[in-house]
Amino acid sequence: MSDAMHPAIVSAQPSQRAETNPDAPLFEGEYHDRFEKILSRYPNKRAALLPALNLAQELRGWLSPETMARIAELLDLTPAYVRSVASFYTMFATRPVGKYLIQVCAGIGCDLCGAEDVVERLLELTETRLGEASADGKYTVMEVECLGGCGFATMVQVNDQVYEDIKAEDVEGLLKGLD
Amino acid sequence: MAYPHEHPRETRVLSKYFGDKDAIGIDGWIERGGYKALDKAFGMSRDEIIEVVKDSGLRGRGGAGFPAGLKWSFMPKNGDRPNYLACNADESEPGTFKDREIMRWTPHQLIEGIIICSYAINAEHAYIYIRGEFVDVVRVLNGAVVEAYERGYLGKNIRGSGYDLDLTVHLGAGAYIAGEETGLLNSLEGRRAEPRVKPPFPAQRGAFGMPTTVNNVETLAAVPGIVENGADWYRQWGTEKSPGTKLFSCCGHLRRPGNYEVPLDFNLKELVFEICGGPPEGREMLAVIPGGSSVPIMTVDELDCDVSYEGIEAAGSLLGSGGLIAMDDSTCMVHAVRKMVDFYAHESCGQCTNCREGSSWLAKILRRIERGQGREEDIPLLLDISANMAGKTICPLSDSAAVPVVSSIEKFMDEYMAHIRDGSCTAVR
Repeated sequence: MSDAMHPAIVSAQPSQRAETNPDAPLFEGEYHDRFEKILSRYPNKRAALLPALNLAQELRGWLSPETMARIAELLDLTPAYVRSVASFYTMFATRPVGKYLIQVCAGIGCDLCGAEDVVERLLELTETRLGEASADGKYTVMEVECLGGCGFATMVQVNDQVYEDIKAEDVEGLLKGLD
Repeated sequence: MAYPHEHPRETRVLSKYFGDKDAIGIDGWIERGGYKALDKAFGMSRDEIIEVVKDSGLRGRGGAGFPAGLKWSFMPKNGDRPNYLACNADESEPGTFKDREIMRWTPHQLIEGIIICSYAINAEHAYIYIRGEFVDVVRVLNGAVVEAYERGYLGKNIRGSGYDLDLTVHLGAGAYIAGEETGLLNSLEGRRAEPRVKPPFPAQRGAFGMPTTVNNVETLAAVPGIVENGADWYRQWGTEKSPGTKLFSCCGHLRRPGNYEVPLDFNLKELVFEICGGPPEGREMLAVIPGGSSVPIMTVDELDCDVSYEGIEAAGSLLGSGGLIAMDDSTCMVHAVRKMVDFYAHESCGQCTNCREGSSWLAKILRRIERGQGREEDIPLLLDISANMAGKTICPLSDSAAVPVVSSIEKFMDEYMAHIRDGSCTAVR
């Protein structure tokens, strides 16, 4: 759908686009407009916090303390409050992550169908440890709680792409397909 | 490609168009009879809509099973404060993936239900609180909301009725507890998703301090059919106390995992063995969790019951969200329970001591038993901690963490003892 500017659409996709200029205003151009649209959908500014964090993460790739402080300014909140909320939710990265954030479902449905083997194979091929970015900055592999696709085990999500029915033997092909 | 698996014994009402790509867009949806119920609803009074939903006996499909029409009737009439509807699309109960399919195949079915409900409770703004992980579903849903605005089903003076409604898709960011209705409201308000003490209930003081109804996706998606065809039509399926059809998300060790829709008087054993095809080739079924990981585990011998709320309860478990998790004889029960408890320990919001401390201690003790380092005293210890967790906290997450522990100890003690006494496991590899 190309209607990204429609007022009904306020929430961002965390597509992990890295921002190279940290001194620029947080939301510019299209992002500024999207931020304004977000504000228009709620009766107060605080309610825009989760969508704003999402938008910032899409823009910057992760939420640094500086990014969170800027959001606090924009929403008339304290930086401490913003960090207390951001750190509550697992999808907000408060540390830098690799270009490809690979999330493997560790829920009971996927676990019964071999999710641990998928994780093991991913860590082996990306030469990383759980939650850590690889040396070349390309990959971060994370175990996440149930991704809500238990009938399509194992569920793997790379940035904003969802992969269903992944087995350990599919991992090599999945990684090759990312580049 | 057809929807992953279908079965002739299903009764496909909500899931009729799963797998039909042409049903996703608004034109295709209208061609299939969509939005007719909405026009009918605008010809009815608010009380008449609430009455028909009450008469249909539709119960909340998120897990609690609270009668939907009754919940709507708690909303203040002619109040001077704005009312809200929050659609719970957080779908975070492990083993459940039905709302995802409703939204990705038939988003307009949900939107129509939301508009009808919003009209009935006189809401000025509806929010769909959807879990942030559902990135592909969000794209579909956002597109559908835009279409509905463009066609005048949302916005000002909908279909000439004089009724205005805005609808916003609000993304969560990874928190199981945001699926608890008051946790959801806090999260919607830009706070940590910590559940609130009830009362006040959301109908008195919900989102932004205003009267709010919170309903699950599947509940709202069932509303257009009921309004269009009447309460008796809906009551042709199911039982007196559990009318209608329900989606079951079936996963784990099954030949045909997937979503299946059956009337609520369907036999659970037939659902597992006929529709889902039972365990994979050469395996024996060991246990089934019928309603998401928060409900008691059932042994394979307990499955001969109907899938109604009261039927499963009489058989010793709960219908919950309809997230059915099947485990065959290759399952190490201690490991499976440990995984479930790990989940609750991670997802505890931390407000209540019993839950925060209890869930992580349960996980630690289960882990040592799994590794063959457990002691026999660990069993009464697990039961004691569990007893201190149930019914003693703000929300039911704490109870949920204790449930798999207690029910597995009750029904699969041999597995625990094999780990504790011999450092072995009864799972058939």
